[in-house]
Amino acid sequence: MGNIVVVIIAVVLTAAIVWYFFAPRKAAAANRQGAVQVAHIVVKGGYSPQVVEVQAGSPVRLEFDRQEDGECSSHVVFSDLGIDRTLPAFQTTSVEFTPSKPGEIPYACGMNMLHGLVRVVAKG
Amino acid sequence: MIETMKRTDEALQNARTANLADDDGDSERRREIKALIRRLVVAVVFTVPVFVFAMFGMWLRTFVPMGVIDFMTNPWVQLALITPVMFYSGWPIHRTGWLALVHRSPEMNSLVALGTAASYGYSLAVTAVPELLPAMAREPYYESVGTIISLMLVGQLLEARARLGTGESIRALIGLKPRTARVVRDGTEVAIDAEKVKPGDIVVIRPGEKLPVDGVVVAGVSSVDESMITGESMPVTKHEGDTVTGATINTTGAFRYRVTRVGSDTVLAQIIDLVRTAQTSKAPIQRLADKISGFFVPGVIIVAIWTFAIWWLIGPAPRGVHGLVSAVAVLVIACPCALGIATPLSVTISTGKAARFGVLFRSAEALQNTRRIDTVVMDKTGTITRGKPELTDVVMLDPADGPSGRHGDAKRQEKENHILRIVASAESLSEHPLAQAIMEAAKQRNLDIGQPSSFQATAGSGLSAQVEGRRILVGNEAFITGSGVIFTASEVLDRLADEGKTPVVVAVDGAAVAVLAVADMVKPDSAKAIAELKQRGLNIVMLTGDNQTTSKAVGGQVGVDRVIAGVRPEHKAERIVDLRNEGRMVAMVGDGINDAPALAAADIGFAIGTGTDVAIESADVTLVSGSLMGVVSSVDLSRAAMRNISQNLGFAFGYNALGIPVAAGALYPIWHVMLNPMIAGAAMAFSSLSVVLNANRLRAFDPNAVKPRRVRFKRHERHVELDAQSPQEGDPSPAESLPAEPDSVQTTQARSVSSVGASSDAPAKYGQSTKGTTMDMDMNNGNKVKDPVCGMTIDPESAAGSQEHNGRTYYFCSAGCAENFAKDPAKYAD
Repeated sequence: MGNIVVVIIAVVLTAAIVWYFFAPRKAAAANRQGAVQVAHIVVKGGYSPQVVEVQAGSPVRLEFDRQEDGECSSHVVFSDLGIDRTLPAFQTTSVEFTPSKPGEIPYACGMNMLHGLVRVVAKG
Repeated sequence: MIETMKRTDEALQNARTANLADDDGDSERRREIKALIRRLVVAVVFTVPVFVFAMFGMWLRTFVPMGVIDFMTNPWVQLALITPVMFYSGWPIHRTGWLALVHRSPEMNSLVALGTAASYGYSLAVTAVPELLPAMAREPYYESVGTIISLMLVGQLLEARARLGTGESIRALIGLKPRTARVVRDGTEVAIDAEKVKPGDIVVIRPGEKLPVDGVVVAGVSSVDESMITGESMPVTKHEGDTVTGATINTTGAFRYRVTRVGSDTVLAQIIDLVRTAQTSKAPIQRLADKISGFFVPGVIIVAIWTFAIWWLIGPAPRGVHGLVSAVAVLVIACPCALGIATPLSVTISTGKAARFGVLFRSAEALQNTRRIDTVVMDKTGTITRGKPELTDVVMLDPADGPSGRHGDAKRQEKENHILRIVASAESLSEHPLAQAIMEAAKQRNLDIGQPSSFQATAGSGLSAQVEGRRILVGNEAFITGSGVIFTASEVLDRLADEGKTPVVVAVDGAAVAVLAVADMVKPDSAKAIAELKQRGLNIVMLTGDNQTTSKAVGGQVGVDRVIAGVRPEHKAERIVDLRNEGRMVAMVGDGINDAPALAAADIGFAIGTGTDVAIESADVTLVSGSLMGVVSSVDLSRAAMRNISQNLGFAFGYNALGIPVAAGALYPIWHVMLNPMIAGAAMAFSSLSVVLNANRLRAFDPNAVKPRRVRFKRHERHVELDAQSPQEGDPSPAESLPAEPDSVQTTQARSVSSVGASSDAPAKYGQSTKGTTMDMDMNNGNKVKDPVCGMTIDPESAAGSQEHNGRTYYFCSAGCAENFAKDPAKYAD
């Protein structure tokens, strides 16, 4: 009896973990403010929303609201764009760029432990 | 170890109070290190007694009274000791670990947080309600919790220190700047703060002093040690009109110079900026590591769950305990701590190291890809050669002993000097580069240069002058014979011309007396650098706009494999693309300004020369010293760095790959071996330690001590297009104006530009080129905008970045321009 319970729990946990970590993530769409697409990203042990969807061709402003101190999240690095911005603790810092074509622009903290993604879709 | 770290910390504090420019990242890092040390001290103080008594209690019986042992092994006492370790010392690990789990992007801390929480929770149950557990399993694991957290903190501290250590390479650069400067104000010399020097100031430099900023020498002569900027160990002589760089050190002479650039415009400031950017950029190889860790963590959690389940099903009693211990061990040993630092640490150390010997990598990508180049294309003028004509030959035409001369050396020298002196005097009013070269040579021989009493120049052929009462003619053969002089030594002229030199005939009072030759000399170490590159299996191609005779002569002198002559600057990029389409990984070495399109079209662009903005923007690597040996060092360093990174990744994953099955108990059925969570923790710390130590080996990299290794490169199937709008449609082919080609020299043929992208609205961008720089070759396009920083015309669609200022959006060709703009928008916005 105990054995069956343990196996069932293990199977359930495995399924739950796979779903939790690999289920497709919902992307938060950026808001339009005039010509600029704006997304507010809270930085606290990670980036939320973690995936932001924007349209190609118009400027994007990401507002990083850093609600913690400590070293890891003190920088946000967009390696593809060559952007490395310091995020002062408990402040909001904006990062602006204009994606030219659809694709994915990953970003990470300075130590490359926290990860976020900007998904660029074609102009709809 | 803590002692050392404390000392380092103090040293850093001192460095800071020494008033060096400090950046936020470093001070934050220093605070972090302090906090980590505090937490580590607490962890060690409380863990050691628990650990010692739990592990060695029985052996201690002979030395320690029984009462003490009983007290120390009491679970409640252990709980009291370990709780602060778990919650105070382990706080940063738990906070990061659990938050990352919540964010569904687990990382190494998550694994440790899970592992220690499992151990702690289990031990707590043993302590508080032992009757719920089987008698065999009533043993707490507090010492494991304490040990794992302590080791994890040591690892974090090592990493933080390593990061700060590489920050030191930038600090070392900043430390090159002197504090004070001696400038002329109102006619008197005053010492002022180096920060307060303004462009236009005259700086006075005494022997042994350090130059505060960049400028141009206005008076005096001295040799200056520029090794800290260029990596060149020989001091360079600076005359009036020569540029000098801040942070270099004057040797024995004294001079004054006018300040041209201060603050963030100086070469030093640009180097610092470049190194900083490169150090934070991400190498492509790291993407792979990131991708793996994303799958790794959930995978490990699943393995831990099934480890427990399988022990429970088929393990020996006590099944629960064995299962739990194994599951915890799996979670802990799997921690890919070292993974996070494996690549960045090597990249930071290498780029910092490279800057020390005058090689500036623009990004980690450039560092990674330099290793893969198999063909190096070099510009001739200014890259292989000095880029300035110099006097190379003085051939006396003494009828008594023929052109070769049979005089004694001293007498011959005297005659040469005499001729040189009167020619230099005759030419002293001429601005012609040839005249400049002759005068320079006369100055170097310390000859007295006079003034001609009369002077007449015939453009393109020669000059006649009256010096010390004698009539001097200097010019080509036609000019000399046209003036009624008999000249019979045409073979001398032909020989010199074949060597790629420009000969002129000198006639004094109607008799031809000497032939002088001027040439753009090959830099002293060009041949050596090319030989070294060939030793490493690379193909060397010389690409030049010069004619074939000269190119062939220079090419033969330095030993290049192939010469492509007669290529106009605007066609160089096409030749690069052709070479890439032959399946080669092509590096272009050029002077950054004229060769910018070619540099951008190559897989790796090396800009030769001092750190000018244009060069840095269009090149992947800048060679500050101007020596081709920099290319050799770059290739060596790239190879060393990538080897190091592979080793690091091996260490980071290797421990885990070996450790997980052992921790799960795979060896138990055979040898009854199990991995204690503590040993798992130690293995994990070793993995971090190996990576840190291995990366630090790069600090010992010495460009002069590298043993060349020939690498066989495979040709890749590739098709690259230069899809820029053709700027030369209808242009005659560059080869058409050239004489017939000798066999060994490949001449450019008329070639139509790649058809793709020929439409007028194609973005001006080179195919497959991943660089931030896009060169626009079509200025007539309607929706193009101008980059306010560098003035380049770009397409907003393909701009590397944009920023708003005063309600207007500005677009930039590259991240560098965007950054400069962000620093002072008002300066660039119009």
